[in-house]
Amino acid sequence: MRFTVNGAPIETTPRAGQVLRTLLRENEHYEVKKGCDAGDCGACTVLLDGGPVHSCIYPAHRLEGASITTASGLGTAEHPHAVQQAFVDAGGFQCGFCTAGMVVTASTFESTDDLPRLLKGNLCRCTGYRSIGDAICGVHNTERAAAGDAAGRSIAPPAALRVVTGTEPYTLDFTTTALLHVAVLGSPHPHARILSIDASAALAIEGVHAVLTHLDSPDVLFSTGRHENREDDPDDSRVFDPVLRFRGQRVAAVVADTVGVAQLALREIVVEYEELPAVFDPELARQPGAPLVHGDKGPASRISSPERNTVAELHGEIGDVSGAIAAAAAEGGGAVFSGVWQTQRVSHAALETHAARGWIDGDGRLVIRTSSQVPFLVRDELAHIFALDPGRVRVFTARVGGGFGGKQELLTEDLVTLAVLKTGRAVQYEFTREDEFTISPTRHPMRVAVTVAATSDGVLTALAVDQLMDTGAYGNHAIGVMFHSIHESVEVYRCANKRVDAQSVYTNNLPSGAFRGYGLGQVIFAIESAMDELARSLGIDPFEFRRRNVIVPGDDFVVTSVDEQSDLSMVSYGLDQCLDLAEGALDRSLVGPAGWPVGTGMALAMIATIAPRGHYATASVTVLAEDSYEIAVGTAEFGNGTTTVHAQLVASALGTTVDRISIKQSDTDAVSYDTGAFGSAGVVVAGRALLAAALQLRGLIATQGPRPGLTATASHDGSPRSVSFNVHAFRVAVNPATGEVRILQSIQAADAGYVLNPEQLRGQIEGGTAQAIGTALYEEMILDGSGRVLTTAFRNYHVPQFADVPVTEVLFADTSDALGPLGAKSMSEAPYNPVAPALANAIRDALGVRPHELPMSRDRLWRLTAG
Amino acid sequence: MDLVTVQSARVARERGDLALATGEVVIGGGTWLYSEPQEATGVVDLLGMGWEPVTRTADSWVIAATCTIETLRGLGPFFEQCADSLLASWKIQRVATVGGNIALSLPAGPMTSLAVALDATLVLWTASSERRVPAAAFVTGVRTNVLAPGEVVRAIEIPLASLHRTAFRRIALSPLGRTGTLVTGRRDAAGLTVITVTGGTTRPHRLAFDALPSAAEVAASVDAIDDWYRDAHGSPDWRRAMSLAFAEEVRQELA
Repeated sequence: MRFTVNGAPIETTPRAGQVLRTLLRENEHYEVKKGCDAGDCGACTVLLDGGPVHSCIYPAHRLEGASITTASGLGTAEHPHAVQQAFVDAGGFQCGFCTAGMVVTASTFESTDDLPRLLKGNLCRCTGYRSIGDAICGVHNTERAAAGDAAGRSIAPPAALRVVTGTEPYTLDFTTTALLHVAVLGSPHPHARILSIDASAALAIEGVHAVLTHLDSPDVLFSTGRHENREDDPDDSRVFDPVLRFRGQRVAAVVADTVGVAQLALREIVVEYEELPAVFDPELARQPGAPLVHGDKGPASRISSPERNTVAELHGEIGDVSGAIAAAAAEGGGAVFSGVWQTQRVSHAALETHAARGWIDGDGRLVIRTSSQVPFLVRDELAHIFALDPGRVRVFTARVGGGFGGKQELLTEDLVTLAVLKTGRAVQYEFTREDEFTISPTRHPMRVAVTVAATSDGVLTALAVDQLMDTGAYGNHAIGVMFHSIHESVEVYRCANKRVDAQSVYTNNLPSGAFRGYGLGQVIFAIESAMDELARSLGIDPFEFRRRNVIVPGDDFVVTSVDEQSDLSMVSYGLDQCLDLAEGALDRSLVGPAGWPVGTGMALAMIATIAPRGHYATASVTVLAEDSYEIAVGTAEFGNGTTTVHAQLVASALGTTVDRISIKQSDTDAVSYDTGAFGSAGVVVAGRALLAAALQLRGLIATQGPRPGLTATASHDGSPRSVSFNVHAFRVAVNPATGEVRILQSIQAADAGYVLNPEQLRGQIEGGTAQAIGTALYEEMILDGSGRVLTTAFRNYHVPQFADVPVTEVLFADTSDALGPLGAKSMSEAPYNPVAPALANAIRDALGVRPHELPMSRDRLWRLTAG
Repeated sequence: MDLVTVQSARVARERGDLALATGEVVIGGGTWLYSEPQEATGVVDLLGMGWEPVTRTADSWVIAATCTIETLRGLGPFFEQCADSLLASWKIQRVATVGGNIALSLPAGPMTSLAVALDATLVLWTASSERRVPAAAFVTGVRTNVLAPGEVVRAIEIPLASLHRTAFRRIALSPLGRTGTLVTGRRDAAGLTVITVTGGTTRPHRLAFDALPSAAEVAASVDAIDDWYRDAHGSPDWRRAMSLAFAEEVRQELA
């Protein structure tokens, strides 16, 4: 068969069941991405004889004589297509994994009249679409800066032209000859013991190199969740475990010449299981007599109470909550409100699935290229599991296609390592989108009960939170998320009487894990809903009620003890400004369609600028030539924009422009250490280390001249820490007859300290808002009650499209934080947190009935008023 | 996605090619088949049959099964509304076929909605036989239909009279989401009124009235539907309620 790609002829014979996408990638057209492999996301869009098709569902047998154009055929970094340049100018991407398909699609638009329909087949998980719309409509949002003036400017990402032309490589976008592939047999049972595995028939298949099972697995317990201190997570997982605790857990893996051969060979593996009793509801799981998920674990695993399926719990009280509630109830004009809220299981839905490729390099070192937020932590844990010298392991990432916490895990690298060590060959393991839904950790579902009380003059006197979370079959992030969930959410209120009960419970559902906001969003949804109702009962405006009761400079951060003071302090404070900005921007005259009641709602959120318990970064800046520098930094770029900011910080410090800075990053060979890109640390930890290195280098240059090779290195230990604030406000119209919500106005005010890149920061806030709107209104992983995920594709799990996301007005508080580089604070997770409760409060205002469950889908809202 | 079980792909060019070997399945556009893992061992591509996508006779539109949804969309506003009820984007509409969507027989298949709404007749072929079935009788449940082994959808015959007056209502859980329920109505010159409910039920429902029904008659007919579907695109109680409301709106629009 002959066809052309970007004008160049290809002669090949596709496999019978092959699609255009994989054929193009096999011919090294890595600009064609896989987001879903099912025609839902559009990342693989190419032009076929001039018309756009989703190449992942287009049969390759039809290609005879066809002419294919990919993003790289539309234009090059030197000569970009007008649409590609427009995406650079507008700042129309973050991780950029959707961008190649987005620009190919947009290149066919003859009009911009109906972007919701035109962009229906292109999902972006990062931006919230405003900047994509701007790109298509020709709006310029990025700018150039004079030498020394980059900080504070809306500089485009250094990789922008490569991203829009599809030439920026992501995790799997490179060629490895003689590469082997892994396919995994998942458990058909939610809880079972493997009695026997017969892999002989699979091994006999031509092209199969190995079948790996628990018999090949190191007998080392670890956690897929990664933190600076590995003991922050329970040691409860193995590379392969003879006990299976959720459907889909690895039973065996085939290593073969192709993915297809490996998948077919899986069918030939014969496994005998002993099914075990299972539990799926965390409320039942913590009851006496419940089946135990990790009953076999001892103290060394650091599980709080394996005999009660409890990974972690916290119970504490300050003051007298019951007394305060009784007093408020007794006082004329005082108010008490109680409620129970439930949040759902959410998928990160980063467009690049988890994937890793490993090999042994020329020096005999193990090398893993992976889609990770934490390459150093992955390296260290691989060394631990496989008893390797960390110096003999290199882990690195290319640009990563989205993370949101989902890549603060060790999900593919351990299996790739085992396969590389067993076969001595280069091996790749790539998750499918279905894998992302069925075996990749999700956001923790939480049931949160809140009771609040206040005096007649609006002083909050009691705040009680009872949180129960389903951590699933393994405890990755089970402890950290639980503690974080009830920290800043509770601390932000000044209240004499507080009580917190929190419990993180194992079930035989798929594991939960780190997700943007790290537990705060779920609890903030409940607390901010309760505060709204309390203010309503008191007849006090919700903004005013917050002003009376939030912490202000001078207050302690208190969950349930004044003695729990840590390295957290209110170095800067912009919550007051955020409240004023959001309230001031609300237009209470906006109305919806006739007959749809309207409402307004707001909510606030506080978050620490850095994760607790240590976050370390080392960075260096080196002179390459006169006015040419290289920075080395450990953090990964996955749409967080830190790479842009790093270049800006260094360019400003050295009095140059960002194009004079080349960047080496996210590689355990690049710098000595970096904890990783989580907890929104990329600017405030790595960025601060980098700025310090740049300032040192400036000093060295002043005395020694810009001598090539001159280098400066600096570190930061992530302590002390400050706090950031976000306030979101909505005005909505709701149709009680159908449950439809129309967002008439969306405003977010953010206290991010000094704003290093206004356009990027706006994008982070819009993207966090869009993701949270997905959580608030649409997204829901549905399980069948016995651990089986029913929503295994984007067509059944509604990630927001262009049509679903309103434009959000983004407002910045005018603050500067002494801890951050040039006064900046982190702002990646935070924008997500106030959105769902603000929307719930607006819907409550419109309907007169309070939603307690996410997502606030049309059927649920209809039931609220129809029932 | 690559279909790893598929060992052969052949293009059907004449009617005899429609005889399927064990494990073979036919594709129109292929947009669904390649979107999920399959067990099929062979693919037979109907696009090689070269069927004329759209033919107009004296009294009907004859839509080839291999006509793309995009082409069908151009036939008029009602066709456009149904085409845009496809969850997938306009890019998929360029490849996905009308017959493929009907043969897939998903509750939310918008081409099923269209065919039932307009009282279409489906022409079913094997390599050597042909029969006709009313569209309303074709889909029997979620992913089940009356196709016999080896039988394919050849064409959809839509009476022009069915387009005399039409009404359309649809809702999903998101603005452009997969159908929660889709209610159509039509009224012909003689007064025959047909209301259809699809998308929110496991199989299509055709409610026919000799004359414009009363609100109570419509409500009773919709209320008699007993197979409201539960999936990620809506709960049964909501689907029922939306269908009841839409059916009444449709009735009023046709009055």
